Amino acid sequence: MLTIRSFDTKAGDLFADGELPGFVHLYVGEEAVGVGACSALEENDYITSTHRGHGHCIAKGLDPNVMMAELYGKAGGYCNGKGGSMHIADVDAGMLGANGIVGAGPPLATGAALTSVLKGEDTVALAFFGDGAVAQGQVHEAINIAATWNLPAIFVVENNQYGEATPVEKQHNVQNLSETAEAYNIPGFTVDGMDITAVYEAVKEARKRAANGEGPTFIEAETYRYHGHFEGDQQPYRTKEDVDIWKDRDAIETFKGRLVEAGVITEDEFDEMKAEIDQQIDDAVVEAKEAPYPDPSEAYEDMYSATVPEISQFSSQMRADGGEDR
Amino acid sequence: MSTETSSGSGPAQTEEMTFREAIRLALREEMERDEDVFMMGEDVGKFGGVFEVTGDLVEDFGETRVRDTPISEAGFMGAAVGAAATGTRPVVEIMFADFIGVCSEQIINQMAKNRYMFGGKTEMPVTIRTTEGGGMGAASQHSGTLHTWFAHFPGVLAVAPGSPASAKGLLKSAIRSNDPVIVFENKMIYEQKGEVPLDEDFTIPIGQASVEREGEDVTVVATQRMVGESLELAEQLDGQTSVEVIDLQSLYPLDTDTLVESVKKTGRLVIADESPLSYGTHAEVATRVMENAFFSLDAPVQRVGVADVHIPFSPALEQEVLPDGSDVEAAINRIV
Repeated sequence: MLTIRSFDTKAGDLFADGELPGFVHLYVGEEAVGVGACSALEENDYITSTHRGHGHCIAKGLDPNVMMAELYGKAGGYCNGKGGSMHIADVDAGMLGANGIVGAGPPLATGAALTSVLKGEDTVALAFFGDGAVAQGQVHEAINIAATWNLPAIFVVENNQYGEATPVEKQHNVQNLSETAEAYNIPGFTVDGMDITAVYEAVKEARKRAANGEGPTFIEAETYRYHGHFEGDQQPYRTKEDVDIWKDRDAIETFKGRLVEAGVITEDEFDEMKAEIDQQIDDAVVEAKEAPYPDPSEAYEDMYSATVPEISQFSSQMRADGGEDR
Repeated sequence: MSTETSSGSGPAQTEEMTFREAIRLALREEMERDEDVFMMGEDVGKFGGVFEVTGDLVEDFGETRVRDTPISEAGFMGAAVGAAATGTRPVVEIMFADFIGVCSEQIINQMAKNRYMFGGKTEMPVTIRTTEGGGMGAASQHSGTLHTWFAHFPGVLAVAPGSPASAKGLLKSAIRSNDPVIVFENKMIYEQKGEVPLDEDFTIPIGQASVEREGEDVTVVATQRMVGESLELAEQLDGQTSVEVIDLQSLYPLDTDTLVESVKKTGRLVIADESPLSYGTHAEVATRVMENAFFSLDAPVQRVGVADVHIPFSPALEQEVLPDGSDVEAAINRIV
């Protein structure tokens, strides 16, 4: 959780300073959901993510240094600079991609769960998606298919109270989004997304059901994003007081309090850990800044596994021109 | 009927079969060859497919590998993308190409983009089979020829067979490809017969056109149903005009070399494809030839297709808009 908080806080600062190209969506405030859920998964399990995906990546074990390089659009980033913040993926690590399309992840998770059945594996697939995505048709289709085919899938809604700039109650006609699970005849729960153990326990149980062939589970985690939908969002849809109510229930502070109380760590140890992580993220920034950009000819690579003359003629032309801009 | 024919690589056994049977044979062979291959779509199982293409495959391969889906094109198309990214080789049937409108998000933003966006670190071996074309009074939402969209859109390979043999060979290549391939089948030629190689390793490389009939006076580059129409016409014109007929087979990538070589010989080009004429497949073929054989052209390139209208219902209207051999003949007459 601390790594995510540190990484995304830094990403926000860098974006504000004009350091990062494109745009970024930050996970600050929602850390307990990603970390609680991924902690309940096995290493070979799959996740699908969202446009707000940095937290999911880190929770699934991706390297913050390689992620930072990708945010900078550098060679050596997870996508060699082709994806950026919204498309970090590492299929080998079970991370099927952050996703710029709201609601596009759950069908992919249904497919990864289908692979598990087809190959007789014991993996499960978990889809993270937001409250806004619950209104998307393809999310309904994906859950219905997973439920009807009894696939080992877990659907985790991160209800951060706003779909872009519109409050959740203006987008849905149910009190709790988990009520929609009834329509698929699968278990649905709403848990406190600011409580990492609550999320962990719910996903652990869902994983057990999935692995036992009992089909998917729908989990709504109530959480909050401290930053705007995107960095630079002026947030006219809420007040500072609205945000403070949730910050008072901060997942990291709450969990730290419990650990200190239980004697697992001391305040000093926590501070030391935090400082270490902050330093690691600072180092990642330095490394990313120093890393080279991809060679321009890389723009013509990676489209297909096959060689396609329509594209290769451009890269050959670049070589003929000595790599100069044409 | 089985016959021995000779080809460049030695004798190859062929059998006469319909377009539909050739596709089913390809599916059967590939599912036998590779257990990661599976099929899904609406009514592809016990019902055998709405055009009876998948037939009895479910009986041989079971419901796990021949999956009937809910009517959820976006859902199962997305599931195919997720399944392919995690190590399987889905073959998805979209009953009518028009229904791609329902699931274009998963095709355009996920299937086509993932490999590139992820820096080449994932493979996307998805095959989509879908049906195009008018002629059965199915009206505008079940008759479209949309393949230009996907020949145009980066990240997808697109093929459109014009004979039973190319249907088999292209589908097998599609299933074996690690890239997403859409196979556009014209629904009016499922009954068309032709000799099909029985060799299980027979494939047609994606990106290769086929000269179906050699000629000297004019090149007709045709796709799908228009291949048969053009071959029939060429036969009729024999002794009068020598027509070379090329089955384009692959829309993307496009076999520029075969097209150019032919036009350098004939000096005249007619392009026959059932898609709408503007900004289309015809234009791409014409441009490739213009770029590479401009000084070989003796006459303006002619396009035969559908005017920019949808396919209407009434037989009187539908027959009006659909191209056939007579349109190709008229085009030839304009330039020869």
